[in-house]
Amino acid sequence: MKALVAVKRVIDYNVKARVKADGSGIDLANVKMSMNPFDEIAVEEAIRLKEKGVVTEIIAVSLGVPQCQETLRTAMAMGADRGILVESEVELQPLAVAKLLKAVADKEAPQLIILGKQAIDDDSNQTGQMLAALLGWSQATFASKVEVNGNIAKVTREVDGGLETIAIKLPAIVTTDLRLNEPRYATLPNIMKAKKKQLDVIKPADLGVDVTPRLTTLKVVEPPKRKGGVMVKDVAELVSKLKNEAKVI
Amino acid sequence: MAILIIAEHDNASLKSATGNAVSAAQKIGGDISILVAGHQCQEAAQTASKIDGVKNILVADATHYGHGLGENLASLIVSLASGYSHIIAPATTSGKNVMPRVAALLDVAQISDVIAVESVDTFVRPIYAGNALATVQSKDAIKVLTVRTSAFPNAPSGNGGAAIEAIAAGADAGLSEFVGQELTKSERPELGAARIVISGGRGMQNGENFKMLEALADKLGAALGASRAAVDSGFVPNDYQVGQTGKVVAPDLYIAVGISGAIQHLAGMKDSKVIVAINKDAEAPIFQISDYGLVADLFQAIPEFTAQLDKA
Repeated sequence: MKALVAVKRVIDYNVKARVKADGSGIDLANVKMSMNPFDEIAVEEAIRLKEKGVVTEIIAVSLGVPQCQETLRTAMAMGADRGILVESEVELQPLAVAKLLKAVADKEAPQLIILGKQAIDDDSNQTGQMLAALLGWSQATFASKVEVNGNIAKVTREVDGGLETIAIKLPAIVTTDLRLNEPRYATLPNIMKAKKKQLDVIKPADLGVDVTPRLTTLKVVEPPKRKGGVMVKDVAELVSKLKNEAKVI
Repeated sequence: MAILIIAEHDNASLKSATGNAVSAAQKIGGDISILVAGHQCQEAAQTASKIDGVKNILVADATHYGHGLGENLASLIVSLASGYSHIIAPATTSGKNVMPRVAALLDVAQISDVIAVESVDTFVRPIYAGNALATVQSKDAIKVLTVRTSAFPNAPSGNGGAAIEAIAAGADAGLSEFVGQELTKSERPELGAARIVISGGRGMQNGENFKMLEALADKLGAALGASRAAVDSGFVPNDYQVGQTGKVVAPDLYIAVGISGAIQHLAGMKDSKVIVAINKDAEAPIFQISDYGLVADLFQAIPEFTAQLDKA
């Protein structure tokens, strides 16, 4: 079966985001960009399923600016077979992304779509669930273990109180949590090979999807800064301060 | 304005996150209804009906709602949606699981993790691991929101007398099935609702050493948390994780032990009232945001901390 993985180009997770002086957003000029870490986990999971013989072809899809091609090349260097970029200069919000991915899924007919549970830029945690809704498919979010058996996937999910296991019918959506796997690094030979893999570029209009943003960002500000406090010399002073000054114990 | 809140519960009991969502709804203003969808969930519905300022409790009781499967729950919520201007769930793993599905079926955007209500259509939410706060406006007919529980107080309870109304259950979509669960058993308070939280990081070195923190937590009546580094290293289960990709907490006292203070951890705890950092590295970034910092070897400091409390 085919598997689709969605990969997003985001600010590198080691870079601290800086708010633009005019409050219109985050300054991304000359900032290192990388694949969203949860999406790396999604790519890795698809590759492992291919290595087990469950998945036969992995198609990586990215949506956004032309530079997302780099993100797709990374996915292909890890092991995805080909890539599709839905190119848009318009800001793509989760509902629009889900609609575009649905249109791609309608064409490619995958049995499994794996996405990161959230992107570390907008922290929305929506796209996978929205896509499942639009396709009318089952969903297993925040996965820490995935076992596919015939047309059923048994998925262990990270929930607030611990772990939950559900069985979902394929075709299905899985969104990844941290402990699902540890993504591999792309090797140099695979990076070279990835350059020759097929990468198709299409536009939202080709898919007949209206991507007009639904939410308007009125302003983006820095959160109130927390001031560093005092250093205490030992545990006795700490306990005394917490008791008598902060009055929290 | 009519607001539907999706209750967080385990059938037998209502979770405090529901009360946090009610507070958020009260900031918007309007009639508040709470949906309790579950199986044999009368207890949870009863508790919900006591929350002050709630108009009615809608109870959908069926076996296929027993474990909050997203597909079934989303269909039920969508079938009720036309009567409401806002649909709100706490940003817990269950709220995060179901609400985007609801939003997509209604063809509206979702606003995740709301921390402040500016008006009926404008909300503030953190982005980039809390390094920025975005004010966003929705023009959609129905606003679908998840709200950060630590940003809204638990609504008072006791004087409410909301009517409990049974509603018809929808069909089982048959797409997914609950198999089992392994919940962390603990006598300690819930991480999201605790007054004091003690978290350990990579500096703890192994899972066994978390016992030291447990002893201190028991003395203080605190919940236990951990950094992503500690979870990734396998010291403790993922449900301990505080941070951008784990839980967001804002207790009265947060004690960070052996945690350096990565951006993604700070995102989960920097709104705590008082922050204590104990770390042997004086340069650790955690000290830049802590109210009280102690540069010390945690393996000496923590037992001493516990012992000092014994003395008092």
